[in-house]
Amino acid sequence: MIAARRLVFATGVVALCVWVLLPIYLIALGALGGRAAVYQWPKSFLPMEASLSTLGAFLEVEGIWHAAINSVIAAALCMVFSIALGAPAGYALARFQFRGQNAYRLLIMLTRAFPLAMLALPLTVSFIRLGLYDRPLGVALVHTALALPFAVLISSSLFMGIPRELEEAAWVFGCSRLEAFRKIVLPLALPGIAAAAIFAFVISWNEVFAASVLTVRERTLTAYLLTVLSESPVHFRLAGGLLLIVPSVAFIFAVRRYLFAMWGIANR
Amino acid sequence: MTANAERGAVSHSKAAGTLRAQALPYLLLAPSLIFLAVLFALPFAQTLLLSVSDGDRLSLANYAKMAGDLNFAPALRNTFALVLTVIPVQLVLALAMAMMLQKVRVARDIVLWIWTIPLAVSDLAAGLAWFAILQDSGYLNSFLYAVGVIPDQQAWLSYETPSTLFLGIAAAEVWRATAIVLMILVAGVQLIPREYGEAAEVFGATSWQRFSRITLPLLKPSLQTALILRTVLAFEVFAVVYALGGRNFPVLVGEAFVWQHENQDYGVAAAYAVLVMAVSLAATVVYLRALRVPREQQA
Repeated sequence: MIAARRLVFATGVVALCVWVLLPIYLIALGALGGRAAVYQWPKSFLPMEASLSTLGAFLEVEGIWHAAINSVIAAALCMVFSIALGAPAGYALARFQFRGQNAYRLLIMLTRAFPLAMLALPLTVSFIRLGLYDRPLGVALVHTALALPFAVLISSSLFMGIPRELEEAAWVFGCSRLEAFRKIVLPLALPGIAAAAIFAFVISWNEVFAASVLTVRERTLTAYLLTVLSESPVHFRLAGGLLLIVPSVAFIFAVRRYLFAMWGIANR
Repeated sequence: MTANAERGAVSHSKAAGTLRAQALPYLLLAPSLIFLAVLFALPFAQTLLLSVSDGDRLSLANYAKMAGDLNFAPALRNTFALVLTVIPVQLVLALAMAMMLQKVRVARDIVLWIWTIPLAVSDLAAGLAWFAILQDSGYLNSFLYAVGVIPDQQAWLSYETPSTLFLGIAAAEVWRATAIVLMILVAGVQLIPREYGEAAEVFGATSWQRFSRITLPLLKPSLQTALILRTVLAFEVFAVVYALGGRNFPVLVGEAFVWQHENQDYGVAAAYAVLVMAVSLAATVVYLRALRVPREQQA
């Protein structure tokens, strides 16, 4: 009886794993199988003729590399901006008691409960005027608004985890506040900050709506794929999807430990 | 006299020091606040203004144009239908997964990692993955053909099959975005002291009672966070829909995109944006009230 229940339970767990993995396996199969695989009927579920040639051909299509590079630039800028703006705020929330602290927290929560990408619509006009339209920098600015709340929350939980006494000991030994931060706190916080940075990178890399609204020629990868969706052959679409999935899944794998820390704290 | 002056100088510099220390948190917050003012508050105000202006004067013409559009009613209906279908399924699924995870003994980390993979997948990529499955010569049809259920290719995503198109989009959304709910709930479950459940077990509570009387109420803050975040994102559904159904399945954000990008009518696009914002905000308020967290539970 217990053995039977165990079996049902294990089957359920495995089934849910398959449910998650199967679509990724299948898009990879379609993307790597090439033209032949896309029009094959009925399809084989095993990688019979998988090769990197389709993916290679896909990457040679005009504009893809350019779009991918734009995506990387926008995501890298978004990463830098979110950390540069978010980490100091996170430090302030973790180390100080001050008036307005709760108001700031509320603001951060509010931005999370808001369809932020929609704000790209009015920004088109101001960005054209400021020369930010159709540039990765403009896209990165909007993506930073999306990633900033997470950067603040992750870094504040990180700094809370580093004992204040370490810093105070450094002050006693004559370090200034800045020196103590640089020599004691920063090395301890660095892995977590890197995780927050990677998270910001992935948010930007994956974002579709704002990137599509704010670009015409200098499209990011998501914007590019969205616009060529209706006119490109199926195996190219799948190759594009796979190209989007692989880096972000790898990145999130690298920082998975920190994601839980973030949500644990964020709910309090 | 000199000693006095010296002491005065010392206390003066100390006062300056504390003043600086008091200002420090504000200086640290200032960059992010300025950024949010420029890229959150300002465009928000601009959207509102843009949606109610017609040339130089105020008017509701944009809203009238939006409501009069052929795609408006279906977009509204489709978006709400998706949200109302997807969110409950995701909530139940994520809760079940979070509870299962507590009982997993072997390879728990691997299971958790696999279950949260979709967290990293872009909505566009998720749509494309499900497109690979559901397209005419796709893997679902191949499978059904192989087991003899269908004699030939069957269209699921076309204009003539709105109900399977809807189900396909819903499946892709459930697949993609359950992970974020799961992650928030798992983090919340970890905060619940084990002793509560153990005590209940000692007093003879069944596992269902422990779940419904202890775990669920204590998970309220996490449920609230997860539902707010997920619902706001669900009203923004767009790229999944485009990857699977193209323009065959209008949704609100998709219409905003079309008005902005193709029709170049920023006013109507702004009206759609305001509508999506208002709906998201209303949903947030509902969750905040319905899942109010008692004061003693606010850590």
